Amino acid sequence: MSTIVAPAEIEVREPVVDEDWQEERPWVVIVWNDPINLMSYVTLVFQKLFGFSLQKATQLMLQVHNEGKAVVSSGNREKSELDVSRLHAHGLWATMQQD
Amino acid sequence: MQLRLDVHEQHLLSDLLDELERLLDDPDDPELRRLFPPAYSDRVHDEQYRSLVRDQLVSGRAKALATVRETLVAETLDLEQADQWMRALNDMRLFLGTRWDVTEQLDYGKLDLNEPGGRELAVYGYLSWLQEQLVEALQSS
Repeated sequence: MSTIVAPAEIEVREPVVDEDWQEERPWVVIVWNDPINLMSYVTLVFQKLFGFSLQKATQLMLQVHNEGKAVVSSGNREKSELDVSRLHAHGLWATMQQD
Repeated sequence: MQLRLDVHEQHLLSDLLDELERLLDDPDDPELRRLFPPAYSDRVHDEQYRSLVRDQLVSGRAKALATVRETLVAETLDLEQADQWMRALNDMRLFLGTRWDVTEQLDYGKLDLNEPGGRELAVYGYLSWLQEQLVEALQSS
């Protein structure tokens, strides 16, 4: 009686598609210009949420106002979603996208 | 900080609180689209985001409205209350501004109170003024 020895299984590695690769790229949070939010209010919200100085917050607010948008924060997806939701809670028009 | 609203202003704000509270029962109401804007440009991620944050955004807004209602006749506001006022006033301006499609060129001098939206745009102007006072007070505190 002979035994059939199963050939050693050759490990075939499928090419790995790292579905998380996009997760590793940083995200940016963008605030867009809108006709309703007051300039002074937007400045105050930037100071409050991100701890910016009045000067820095004013500069970002003016960028939103004059150029139509400004990047206000960046980081991983979780942090960016949190920042966007805090901006949304204050009525600002914020979106996020990968850099 | 000090708050001095006359009885007409209190009634006006009370009516707006009622209206916004009713609207918040349905966060998908198109008039509230500026209160719940999209976070992502693609729909799948945005739906996920919405389902994650919607309740929190609604309850935060309801809390701000409740604070304003509780302190409508108050003579002073602490910083936390003033912050809630500022957010509630902004939400009122967002839904009125969306309803009447406000632009940066809005000219209050040309408002006709007999035209549709004329009165609400005048109210919008008042809310803008009041919010500006509040922001200034918070900025200097």
